[in-house]
Amino acid sequence: MISSIARIFFAEWRKLRRPTLLLGTIGAVSFFSVLVSSLLFLLIDSPQGNGDRGVKITREMLALPSGATQSFSSIGNLLGIIALCVFAAQTAQEYSLGTLRNLLVRQPGRIRLLIGKLASMKVFAIVMTIVSAILSIGVSYALAGGKNVDTSLWFNSDGRLEIAKTLLNVYISILGFGIIGMALGILLRSPISSISIGVLWLLIVENIVGAVKSSTLEWLPGNQLGTVATGGSEIITYTHALSLSAIYVFVALTIATVLFTKRDVAN
Amino acid sequence: MPQLAISVSDLSKKYDTGFAVSHTNFEVPLGTICGFVGPNGAGKTTTIRMLLGLITPTGGKGEILGEPITSPEKYLSRVGAMIEGPAFYPALSGAENLKVLATLGGFPIERVDQLLEQVGLAERGKSKYKTYSLGMKQRLGIAAALLPNPKLLILDEPTNGLDPEGIQEIRQLLRKLADSGTTVFVSSHLLSELELISEYLVMLRKGEIVFAGPMQELFDAQQPYMLVKTANPSDLEKVISLAVSAGHKAHIRDGVAHIEGPAEWAGELNRLAFGAGILLTQLSPQLPNLEETFFEMTGSQK
Repeated sequence: MISSIARIFFAEWRKLRRPTLLLGTIGAVSFFSVLVSSLLFLLIDSPQGNGDRGVKITREMLALPSGATQSFSSIGNLLGIIALCVFAAQTAQEYSLGTLRNLLVRQPGRIRLLIGKLASMKVFAIVMTIVSAILSIGVSYALAGGKNVDTSLWFNSDGRLEIAKTLLNVYISILGFGIIGMALGILLRSPISSISIGVLWLLIVENIVGAVKSSTLEWLPGNQLGTVATGGSEIITYTHALSLSAIYVFVALTIATVLFTKRDVAN
Repeated sequence: MPQLAISVSDLSKKYDTGFAVSHTNFEVPLGTICGFVGPNGAGKTTTIRMLLGLITPTGGKGEILGEPITSPEKYLSRVGAMIEGPAFYPALSGAENLKVLATLGGFPIERVDQLLEQVGLAERGKSKYKTYSLGMKQRLGIAAALLPNPKLLILDEPTNGLDPEGIQEIRQLLRKLADSGTTVFVSSHLLSELELISEYLVMLRKGEIVFAGPMQELFDAQQPYMLVKTANPSDLEKVISLAVSAGHKAHIRDGVAHIEGPAEWAGELNRLAFGAGILLTQLSPQLPNLEETFFEMTGSQK
């Protein structure tokens, strides 16, 4: 059982590590990490704010032990969308290319196949998280001096704990988005459909619904996963966001598993 | 050891629109090449998918290499398959695509280069799959099917897109595999090719088996016939009348009279025609070939 899952993991990794996908994803992750971190510091004196939706993040806030990861945690949503796209495309393409039948002939244990694929994509998400963390924290540290932000607390024991916590939270968030993408890929069996529906929901539908009725933000899946990455917000507690995210991810995984194991592979 | 590579009994797949495969029964002995033929939509691919555990039958049962098709994990490590044409990742090279499947199935990675060599893709193994011609894709599909060094090889239209030389190479490859003990179950529209290599045949029409057994048994059940041409085309009708009067079925197709009867009767027909003042320019006894038998048994249009 374990050896077959390991084989599936490495087979999937052969696909994930191809330069166009791996370097393309790292490129996108790097771009957003550098952009958000730079804006956070370069717009520190801007009256329009330097954070998400015009929020003003002051020098005093950035000087706290959590200052090093301020930009990294706020990228969670963007990283999540990238993960959703990668997970959805990698899963749906098996149907659209017809390669699922090859995989199932070589590995008929469908639950094992799903576990192995997911394990491989989890490692991919770890790579995304680490790259983003290094760049975000690195750019923040590089720009902090020029903007008179005190970094003395960033790397003391409290600061290191904050970094570890944020790494974990961002990873959980990315993984949650990715699993939802994977479920969409299995459900819709088309990379274009699953990515467009996922991105449309997260970037447009949730924002419109949240703007019309702000109380819904406490329940929308994308917002919960984004809140997990930031470690909680003024409106949504971390525990609430994590619990609700777990429920959404569990439902997505259940749907994905049932469809993947029970559905005929006809075309 | 099972003596049968494939055995199905009452195997069915029913969709909302009706039966795709209805109560099929057939057996394929070990070590043979078995052709699997039928018109488009006859249920060949559905049957193959059921044999490989990709779709669940709605009725009946089947066994592959002595194991029930409800437990594909028990036999698929000994089965190679290419279903409905090759399907690979366009952005990966041919070799990398095979390595994905070799890793997944736990087969030695070194086999990839050997197989690329075997199917004539050694020089293009590092090229991306999306740059392959249809024939090269087909060859890669066959290489993937050979990865497990299979006891049973199931191929769906393996010669699609191949040039005559490629078709001949595949024919020789299948013959070689069968000689080394691999059972080959191959569906193809190239009936003349199947006739050359198959010992067994399973013929499907509208989801039902119309023949399953040794190829020779099929031909033995068919009537030999003669092709007849006359110097004057208008005499063909008279020849038909002569044949029918002598108790032989006959008809004209494409300006040639087809008259059922053994080769020994050709002399008598020639004598009858000569007596009626008809000059025959062609009188050639024929044995039915697979293509003609197929059209007759499946009711397909030639």
